[in-house]
Amino acid sequence: MSNILEVQNVSKSFGSFTALNKASISVPKGSIYGLLGPNGAGKTTLIRIVNQITMPDSGVVLLDGQPLSPLHIKDIGYLPEERGLYKSMKVGEQALYLAQLKGLSHKEAKARLKYWFDRLEIGDWWNKKIQELSKGMAQKIQFVVTVLHQPKLLIFDEPFSGFDPINANLIKDEILKLREDGATVIFSTHRMESVEELCDDIALIHKSNKILDGKLVDIKRQYKTNTFEIGILTNQKSSLELELSKKFQTSAASFKTLGDELKLNIKLSEGEKPNDLLAYLCNQGEVSHFVELIPSVNDIFIQTVKNN
Amino acid sequence: MNHLPLIIKREYLTKVKNKSFIVMTILSPMIAIALILVVAYLSELNNDKHRTINILDETGIVQDAFKNEGNVSYNDLKNMSLKDAKELVKLTESYGLLYIQREDNLDSISNHIKFYSEESPSLSVISNLESMIEKKIENLKLQEKGVDLDMLQAAKTNINISQESFEGEKTSKIDSVIKLAFGGAAGYLLFMFIIIYGNMIMRSVIEEKTSRIIEVIISSVKPMQLMLGKIIGTSLAGITQFVIWIFLGGIIMSIVSAVFGINMAQLQSPQEDMVKQAMENPEVNMQIQDVIAAFYHLPIANLIIAFILFFICGYLLYSSLYAAIGAAVDNETDTQQFMLPVLMPLILAVYIGFFTVIEDPHGAVSTVFSFIPFTSPVVMLMRIPFGVPIWQQLVSLLLLIGTFIFTVWFAAKIYRVGILMYGKKPSYKELIKWIKY
Repeated sequence: MSNILEVQNVSKSFGSFTALNKASISVPKGSIYGLLGPNGAGKTTLIRIVNQITMPDSGVVLLDGQPLSPLHIKDIGYLPEERGLYKSMKVGEQALYLAQLKGLSHKEAKARLKYWFDRLEIGDWWNKKIQELSKGMAQKIQFVVTVLHQPKLLIFDEPFSGFDPINANLIKDEILKLREDGATVIFSTHRMESVEELCDDIALIHKSNKILDGKLVDIKRQYKTNTFEIGILTNQKSSLELELSKKFQTSAASFKTLGDELKLNIKLSEGEKPNDLLAYLCNQGEVSHFVELIPSVNDIFIQTVKNN
Repeated sequence: MNHLPLIIKREYLTKVKNKSFIVMTILSPMIAIALILVVAYLSELNNDKHRTINILDETGIVQDAFKNEGNVSYNDLKNMSLKDAKELVKLTESYGLLYIQREDNLDSISNHIKFYSEESPSLSVISNLESMIEKKIENLKLQEKGVDLDMLQAAKTNINISQESFEGEKTSKIDSVIKLAFGGAAGYLLFMFIIIYGNMIMRSVIEEKTSRIIEVIISSVKPMQLMLGKIIGTSLAGITQFVIWIFLGGIIMSIVSAVFGINMAQLQSPQEDMVKQAMENPEVNMQIQDVIAAFYHLPIANLIIAFILFFICGYLLYSSLYAAIGAAVDNETDTQQFMLPVLMPLILAVYIGFFTVIEDPHGAVSTVFSFIPFTSPVVMLMRIPFGVPIWQQLVSLLLLIGTFIFTVWFAAKIYRVGILMYGKKPSYKELIKWIKY
């Protein structure tokens, strides 16, 4: 079983509104999977279907090769975007309650909570009420509760919102560690830099349809335009620019350099090799810059959504 | 996985540990008893005030109709002009002046009676005066026609029809009163319970929505389980509160009557006198035995079983609706539009119970409404002490259970969709749409 989660042709509509239209995704085991899409695209609906909060109208969801059943509740840890805790309940009591709902025994839950509370150095919050804690503190508890029952599949919807950079980093490291320990993580977020940093695979959902998915590297390869950003020091800037624009497709570029370089974006057409371009440039002057332009997730996101 | 016990436990404990719940549980009986004491004290104060009513009777034939009674005494002003009499009454600051004008015949006398006072007199004083004068003038009229009053007095008879059913069970008017008291208490208790704890359930659902914990919870449990857990947990907390109220009320009452014992006895003196008189009077003694007998005549077993069943089903029926309302809205202020249709049948049931069932427990209206599921718990509970055939109770109960299952299903649907809906104030049309999701 290489895929922990298989969503096959899942559709869901609310009245006349179609929230998901035959969406299929495959989440490889042990990966960090980014679920992207503009607001209202249907991400939350998909996540809720995987969590068995909403039932799909049609389609199949397989977890570890098995059709979803109530037994799978304990295999999934879900941190929703709309999250909170009982305000007037004590932290410890509340965490115990939520852990027990996930099927842990009282004893087991207590032992694991102690481990996590010590690890995150929040042990002295046990008898505080949630309303006495700050938002970030409550988020930490929420995170612990989500991962406490050691689920195979973790689903985080905007996990970093409400955290300061230090705590966001702490949580990021914990997520990476969970992955090392064998868990698969699904991420739904609008923060593209964290997708860039963490995700191995992504899927893009737009207007109820999945419009893109696969390994992030493959997608980037697919979206690359064979464009190189170059900087070259030369005495005849204008004549070189003219010459280059005759030979290649060029456009103006701007980046920071120390000297007075000629800066250009050069797009190679099919069959042209970057090495040849570099060799050619080397003869024209001193090359200070030669970088392939890799599309960022942000660019891919905006471009794909606009094209659809 | 069955999480129901866990949810019930949490709901129960958070309710019971809640500070305002504890405060209300302890304070409510105290406040209630304090209120009773204040009212009793005030009425005693009121009764203590002595009232003197001056009477100026120009005809001279009515004045002997007035007998001093309790704290009202009558003062006959003889041979005084109306003007002087008014002055005197003002000067002595007595309660008022009754003026009976001299007229030719009894009819016109009775039309020219006036009462003068500083402030408008109390209704009871006036009606008391009226009845005394009426009686006197009636007697005078009878005498005029040559009727012997002693004979009339002797001819007076008091009829007390003793009732007996075909099976030979004796019943009496007291029976009916006791049945009414039982039925009324049961119906009213259910009504209060639904309103107080239904609201509590609703608030707890709204709390889960506003604190945004709901999605975390229902990724672990089915909404139906959560809803039932909430209803049962809150109900258990409610029962706990009720039991504590009864005990606490009893304890405080006995302490109060021990401390203010003499005071209380004084308060009750008129009743006590009556009881004493009653004890001495064999006829009334019989009546007390009737009261005790009436208790035995009540279908006790039927009453208890029916009370438990109708109470539970009726309560669950309404509380699931309250839970659905809580799920449909974002905050308590938005609940108004949905509350009305829930409260209407409940209030209707209580009205029917207290007006129609009292009048005719087995009449068409009472019978029909004791079958309609939304009114049946209250109306049936009020009818049962009067003896309702078992088949009727069963049919009504089955209908109630059927409806209860339907409303729980319906509420669960609304609940399931509603708890995840934020920021929208749903209309009825939208609620219908949710059912289809």
